[in-house]
Amino acid sequence: MYKYDQYDQAIVDARVAEFSDQVRRRLAGDITEDQFKPLRLMNGLYLQLHAYMLRVAIPYGTLDSRQMRMLAHIARKYDRDYGHFTTRQNIQYNWIKLEDAPAILADLASVEMHAIQTSGNCIRNISSDQYAGAAADEVADPRPWAELLRQWSTFHPEFSYLPRKFKIAVIASDEDRAAMKLHDIGIQLVTRDGKLGAAFYVGGGMGRTPMVAPLIKDFVPIEDYLSYSEACLRVYNRYGRRDNIYKARIKILIHELGAAEYARQVEEEFAHVKTLGIDPPAAELERISAFFAPPAFDAGAPDSVDRSDPDFAVWLDQNVKPHKQPGYAIVNISLKPVGGIPGDASSAQIDVMADLAERYSFDELRVTHAQNIVLPHVAKRDLYAMWQALVEADLAAPNLDLISDAQKIAQRFADLDRQRTLGELKLKISGCINACGHHHAGHIGILGVDRKGTENYQLLLGGSGAEDTSLGKITGPGFDEDGIVDAVERVTDKYLELREGEERFLDTYRRVGFDPFKEAIYG
Amino acid sequence: MKLLTGNDLATGAVTWWTGECWSLHVEDAVDVGEHGEAVLTAEEGARRVNAPYIIDAIATPDGPRPAHIKDRVRALGPTVRPDLTLKPADPDAGSWVI
Repeated sequence: MYKYDQYDQAIVDARVAEFSDQVRRRLAGDITEDQFKPLRLMNGLYLQLHAYMLRVAIPYGTLDSRQMRMLAHIARKYDRDYGHFTTRQNIQYNWIKLEDAPAILADLASVEMHAIQTSGNCIRNISSDQYAGAAADEVADPRPWAELLRQWSTFHPEFSYLPRKFKIAVIASDEDRAAMKLHDIGIQLVTRDGKLGAAFYVGGGMGRTPMVAPLIKDFVPIEDYLSYSEACLRVYNRYGRRDNIYKARIKILIHELGAAEYARQVEEEFAHVKTLGIDPPAAELERISAFFAPPAFDAGAPDSVDRSDPDFAVWLDQNVKPHKQPGYAIVNISLKPVGGIPGDASSAQIDVMADLAERYSFDELRVTHAQNIVLPHVAKRDLYAMWQALVEADLAAPNLDLISDAQKIAQRFADLDRQRTLGELKLKISGCINACGHHHAGHIGILGVDRKGTENYQLLLGGSGAEDTSLGKITGPGFDEDGIVDAVERVTDKYLELREGEERFLDTYRRVGFDPFKEAIYG
Repeated sequence: MKLLTGNDLATGAVTWWTGECWSLHVEDAVDVGEHGEAVLTAEEGARRVNAPYIIDAIATPDGPRPAHIKDRVRALGPTVRPDLTLKPADPDAGSWVI
């Protein structure tokens, strides 16, 4: 894991001192809310429906047990004993008091964490593949390249006032586990003729105008990685619309310009940027990469697992994924138990996950964009003991990528055999048009909307945030709270009726098309 | 009827104008009627409450009921976490439902 140097620590400490003074002045009535709002947003502090909310950055979703325990401490001391892990691999606290915010930021700074650039029209937390450094299919570890972007984008003076917020994801495998093409910039590290480079997809996003990012350049040599990123941002910063918040994201600019014209302008800008010498020297890249060296795996670790406990075997099949190192596995901890809020974890559960990471996963944890937690490097011989500890902490729901994602739907589909019969079925729900829950990318998506002051739920089918990225299509008129659960059940029933062989829901949907499902829903 | 609501500056908690001060309980809210804008301006100046605004509501035997679901949710608390609404910790929170 990356460790702060003196410069990283100094800028975070300075920000804590600065924001503490701003909060003091606001509470004293020296500054108005209009004056204070942009200052608090620069520190991730929102005012939401019920209270202040603090969003804490977790760079590319990676953290160690010391940091995880601090997250538990904050939940326990300053919030209502829980935190909410987000789709951008961060954590949010929903019941923060303004007067506590400086102390929280100081606590975070003590473990090399902060809330800087988790809000506002700037480059947000860089996200990445939660299996980085553990997946067999990656061409390189994407984390050093995400870290490089983190350093480049932190307090970047030219990009601190963009037309709108800006989200970047970096992956390094053909399987997309980070919804890369649904970011403002999605970067896939690739190799060509034995050399490392990057494919740039620009202009994706969800929200009220969902778009899949087009490929802007299929191979940027890795030595041009930062300059090309800068060129992409510069064109957007220059021409992105600032007159209309709903048309200010880069996806709108590229949609209006056309991908080819945007790419041409980026090339032109890149020719200039490359002369500025912003790409780091090899020694700096080596310094960063050294933090992400593989842990000291036991080359003799046994590769077999005793599956005689049937409950353990179910969890093993659903939540544990192959590791590139023989004898090891990637463990997914579902934060979506039946009846729970997706992404929520109590302080006690956060502490348990920190303990397990320290004991079994070389002190590493990852937050996933699906709002789960990953322990990336677990010896197979430890899986059973770990599972028992997870069961004890109510963290062993064996439902990764199954349908039991939401409370009422989870209750309807509570039977695990039924969930497993349905197979991989990514259900994603957003509570408003901003698509925070990524409903456009769900195999089945649900959007809660306000219809004349009452709740209404739209149903979408056929979305994907994986390497076969697609946007869900709205089925038709919306439903009330019970109606939407019935509609989902009609969709899954139709799927089981039409499924051929081992098809996932998405495979069947793409083969037979939209109409049979619409017919099943509306008759 | 018209209610004045906002979020407490220090805690962020949802608050309702009672005619004299601010309360966490929507049952305590009063109809600000045509004086809403004046009260709002004065309270913005006092800087105790963030972003106060006036909403429509209807009078019921159990107290005021905000017209819009957003404000009914604000009055009750999180719909998905009944343990985090006012009621469990505050016996005076009434029997208000969305």
